[in-house]
Amino acid sequence: MRYIRPLSIEDAVGQLAGAAGPAAILAGGSDLLVRMKGGFVEPELIIDIKSIAGLRDISETADGFSIGAAVPCAVLGENAALKKAWPGVVEAAKLIGSKQVQGRCTIVGNLCNASPAADSVPALVAAGAKAVVVGPSGKRTIAVETVPTAPGRTSLAKGEIIEAILLGKRAPRSSDAYLRFIPRTEMDIAVVSAGVNLTLDEAGVVTAARVAIGAAAPTVLLVEEGAEALVGRKLDEAALERLAKVCAGACRPIDDKRGTIEFRRKVAGVLARRAAMTAYARAGGK
Amino acid sequence: MAGVAVSTTINGDSVEYLCQPDETLLDVLRDRLGLTGAKEGCGTGDCGACSVILDDRLVCSCLVLGAEAEGRRIETVEGMAHGDKLHPLQQKFLEHAALQCGICTPGFLIAAKDLLAKNPDPTEEEIRFGLAGNLCRCTGYDKIVRAVQDAAHVMKGA
Repeated sequence: MRYIRPLSIEDAVGQLAGAAGPAAILAGGSDLLVRMKGGFVEPELIIDIKSIAGLRDISETADGFSIGAAVPCAVLGENAALKKAWPGVVEAAKLIGSKQVQGRCTIVGNLCNASPAADSVPALVAAGAKAVVVGPSGKRTIAVETVPTAPGRTSLAKGEIIEAILLGKRAPRSSDAYLRFIPRTEMDIAVVSAGVNLTLDEAGVVTAARVAIGAAAPTVLLVEEGAEALVGRKLDEAALERLAKVCAGACRPIDDKRGTIEFRRKVAGVLARRAAMTAYARAGGK
Repeated sequence: MAGVAVSTTINGDSVEYLCQPDETLLDVLRDRLGLTGAKEGCGTGDCGACSVILDDRLVCSCLVLGAEAEGRRIETVEGMAHGDKLHPLQQKFLEHAALQCGICTPGFLIAAKDLLAKNPDPTEEEIRFGLAGNLCRCTGYDKIVRAVQDAAHVMKGA
């Protein structure tokens, strides 16, 4: 095994693309090292991306925010501007693991680990976040929901690295929220989860919405019918009922030790409804 | 496997070591440097017994590679006391009997040090949340929380 610490993304991509055996990207290591210890992965090459300029930075641009692939989730929570614009994304990222894990784990790692129960992913999908992918043939920007394709699998080609996550500039009266169900109060994996992102007009009518459900299908679900249930309405009881119903209906969950199919469907609807109410209040809706 | 040469700072001292590329910082501390304060509980980042402070961030040293420590600053439990004078947290853990078997204690001490450095006057709830990444199967946590509260009180007066 070799450990390298490239100083440029081009070098990292070149090393990853040229690797003969299994290679792994290391940022926070909170998934990679656990998988190595368990014998689930045996990389011949570990590419530590933390010394690449810019990858440890959150930058605010004319288009919104760019969050480097090596920014620990704890740092998201310490960025006041990001927290104000995207509180749902930040609260989701802050739910990953303990304080010890927060100091290391990243949202790009959470995305690329491709767990259906990843906490930050439903919030990023609801936020309409984009991933900046750098590979041997150049750079492309894709919607985050197109990255995980199945548990543990991504759409990234050989040699491709996500260098940053982009969050858009906020329209007035916009906000988001993320909620998950776990059987204890802290430090657990979502049994089911929901992220909701809303924009309102001056009268409090929803003009744009995105709804995502986690841990209820092989990948995080973008529930378009959920958004349709909210757009053009205030958050009245009928709209919330419709939202809960379509979210429950969109789920394709499994039965496992953490929850049954029936429970996950029901709770997906409940969480979507509550997350919508929180996002609505944060956006200034009454 | 080729060794990785690492220069780092541990408890204020410059340290150099050679480690394997897949060797964790925890294994380097314990097996190469003789710093056996950090303990391996789970080895998967769940229990916090291996907690150290890496560039002002609390981390599980079992989830950090030894090779990653190059050019960085590490604080372990061994750096808390000054000679024979215990750190107030260590003193209060003793006074409050905030330990029984002691395996989790170094992790709790370093996590509590990090907590008080960032929040010198935490509420009980903030202490409980702040130490949620450290597991103790003996004390039921209450004595640990009391010890941290008392240490915070002493440190504010210092």
